[in-house]
Amino acid sequence: MTLHAPASEEEAAALIASATAPMRLEGGGTRAGLGRPIQTAATLTSRRLTGITLYEPAEMVIGARSGTPLAEIEATLAERNQMLTFEPMDHRPLFASDGEPTIGAVAAGNISGPRRVFGGAARDSLIGVRFVNGRGQVVKNGGRVMKNVTGLDLVKLQAGACGTLGFLTEVIFKVLPRPAAVTTLAYAGLDEARAVELMCEAMGTPFEITGAAHLPAGIGGEEARTLLRLEGFPEQLDYRSGRLADHFAVHGTPERIEGEAGDALWRSVRDVRPLVEPFDHAVWRLSLPPKTGAATVAAIRQGLAGTDLRVLYDWSGGLVWLALPEANDAGAAAIRAATRAAKGHATLVRGSTELRARVAVFEPEAAAVAALTRGVKASFDPRGLLNPGLMHPGG
Amino acid sequence: MGAITIPEPDPGILARRERIVEGLRAILPGENLITDPRELAPYETDGFTAYARVPMAVVLPETTDEVSRILAFCSAEGVPVVPRGAGTSLAGGAIPREDCVVLGVAKMSRVVAIDYANRTARVQSGITNIAISMAVAEEGFFYAPDPSSQLACTIAGNIAMNSGGAHCLKYGVTTNNLLGVTLVLVDGTVVELGGEQLDAPGLDLLGLVCGSEGQLGVVTEAIVRILPLAEGARPVLFGFPSSEAAGACVAEIIAHGIVPVAIEFMDKPAIAICEAFAKAGYPLDVEAMLIVEVEGSDEEMDATLARIIEIARRHDVATIKESKSATETAQIWKGRKSAFGATGRIADYICMDGTIPTGRLPEVLRRISEICEGRGLRVANVFHAGDGNLHPLILYNVNDPADALKAEEAGNDILSLCVEVGGCLTGEHGVGIEKRDLMHRQFNAVDLDQQLRVRAVFDPQGLLNPGKVFPLDSRIAA
Repeated sequence: MTLHAPASEEEAAALIASATAPMRLEGGGTRAGLGRPIQTAATLTSRRLTGITLYEPAEMVIGARSGTPLAEIEATLAERNQMLTFEPMDHRPLFASDGEPTIGAVAAGNISGPRRVFGGAARDSLIGVRFVNGRGQVVKNGGRVMKNVTGLDLVKLQAGACGTLGFLTEVIFKVLPRPAAVTTLAYAGLDEARAVELMCEAMGTPFEITGAAHLPAGIGGEEARTLLRLEGFPEQLDYRSGRLADHFAVHGTPERIEGEAGDALWRSVRDVRPLVEPFDHAVWRLSLPPKTGAATVAAIRQGLAGTDLRVLYDWSGGLVWLALPEANDAGAAAIRAATRAAKGHATLVRGSTELRARVAVFEPEAAAVAALTRGVKASFDPRGLLNPGLMHPGG
Repeated sequence: MGAITIPEPDPGILARRERIVEGLRAILPGENLITDPRELAPYETDGFTAYARVPMAVVLPETTDEVSRILAFCSAEGVPVVPRGAGTSLAGGAIPREDCVVLGVAKMSRVVAIDYANRTARVQSGITNIAISMAVAEEGFFYAPDPSSQLACTIAGNIAMNSGGAHCLKYGVTTNNLLGVTLVLVDGTVVELGGEQLDAPGLDLLGLVCGSEGQLGVVTEAIVRILPLAEGARPVLFGFPSSEAAGACVAEIIAHGIVPVAIEFMDKPAIAICEAFAKAGYPLDVEAMLIVEVEGSDEEMDATLARIIEIARRHDVATIKESKSATETAQIWKGRKSAFGATGRIADYICMDGTIPTGRLPEVLRRISEICEGRGLRVANVFHAGDGNLHPLILYNVNDPADALKAEEAGNDILSLCVEVGGCLTGEHGVGIEKRDLMHRQFNAVDLDQQLRVRAVFDPQGLLNPGKVFPLDSRIAA
């Protein structure tokens, strides 16, 4: 296995231009288990492309070379009381991986967390990229200003393309002020259907809920907990908590969780901690119309009766994490059928290499969309050098 | 005006006009096919009225299936198609050519479904922007992007241009509020991208389509995010002795962790023009004015505005007018919202649209004045200060060709300046034909080549909205 670690964008471009065989693209390597298993003789890493290239707190924008550790970005922003709005998930617990998550991989994977339900995904905050395409050319798109409609938006295409459309060398994100205070309302003992109903209704109130998650009984605690997070100035949170508690009095009196306890709870939701163990269980990620969350899970439970199935809800029901044994297809058929019925899609996030080889990792695409995907891939990477087959068979 | 080239029509297509019209009539037998020259005239231009070409025909399909059949026919015949929403583009995004068929989505304007629990609305693409908000207002919801033309413009046009508005500092632009589209490809194939879930599978083709100016396909339906209305909204108006002071005030508001829902900037000429028209009570003795709007309950707004006013006092604020009632709020906004109309009363103008890093504002304003004064032109600036989106209004005399040309040149210089300081050619109006030839200023040949290759995946013949966005001499590199 050859490891290419270019120290500059030019070097990366030269490497790709002269490459003759496919390469796996990598940041810190903490999410190497994501995607379809691929075999390459070489890996191209961004780990030496480091450093913040732009930070203008007053303009709420930060740019960095792709291999810059996410931790460095977050620490730099915290010094000026700012943050990435989309609360990127840390995949290390789930994959039992080590290493440093990089900002480039956050962009390439469109990695978001609980605040995505309110503030948008990584792709919504990503405003500029530089990348090397499969021809070995350095391409820029977007920029450092948050309103920009100049030409085709290749920034969005790169977000979530997992490196199949280019090797990101620099990324620019818009950022937001860190809230002065945070509080979480926790409702106890709701079943999944009521919890999803509560969360969806709460998201429709004007109180700007920045996180809406449900931990069923036995998931991260004995009793089920439904969490609504509020952020803002302290007096604002008192007011909004009061209004919400009144509005949802029928669901009981919520506990208010503050400070480090609250932060730890949301980190745990973000990183799907309650589903991490046992490590040999497969973990699925379902993206659904939020209100269908509980019903979709009920349908899956029915289809997989007798299976040890553990569930965590985020995004007011729009994001469902499922963990279950790897046996057979790890629930793929039942999960895909229920997800499709709800007009959502499912991704096998954690699974052994064997499982990911025999089960479709990503939702299979309609033929016409698959044709566009293949065309777009070829327009960036005609020789199929960059993470070929990671997202789509043959692509 | 006339510095912008519109390609000559293809004589081969013009020669086949009758056959093409007959083919279209087979798909749309009734009044939804327009071929009478008098009825075609309204479609000859859009909001960029300095340029106009009468199209060969206009089709106004009522279903996705009709759109599909029209595109399949036109692509088989090699006929260019210009998609059109309401025709409010300020960049000439919907200006046709004599050999083109204009495909208007105006007759597809229904709300298909509203889902409050999922906070989504599925609409046909010809619906106006404001009609979406009106359809959900009773339940306390709204659709966030609010371009100035929202009474007229369609969601199809908003998607094509990734439109913004005054409130995107908090709520984002179209792409951040769009969850799915039904897209008809140039060969008539219908694809669904995105959906009611928060993120779509696979490559973000939805994000690519948004802002693609009608060159990747025709959007016939859209699923958009609807949001709960805030409990209330209230602005405060500040007058400053300099644009530097106003800019520093904006920076400090943000540094204090406050993200207002809108921060609008006006310079002295813009204040004078708007005040003369709207009698909004704007201060005439200041160099710069900010309108800062916050949302929340009354108590929340009191508290946030108190914080903002305290910050403004540290920046030599000369005038403070805090709205105390709905009437005062409407009055403060009336001046700003009538900026374009008020300017139009005193002179012809072109409305520019570029984006700059907000920290460069004072320098950019100074150089904009130099650019315009150097040509003997007047300029007024309105600006979405939170996000760096600048709208200089260059005043000129439309009946004087030399004056018009100077205005166009000044506009180009201003946009080049935006790029030079790290910004971009267009923040929310799109490239259209207006900025097509400036694309080289922002992108090099490789950048443009990659975009052209992506476009060719969707439309290999380049039939959709031709002659827009990319410089006319653009070719995919061999």
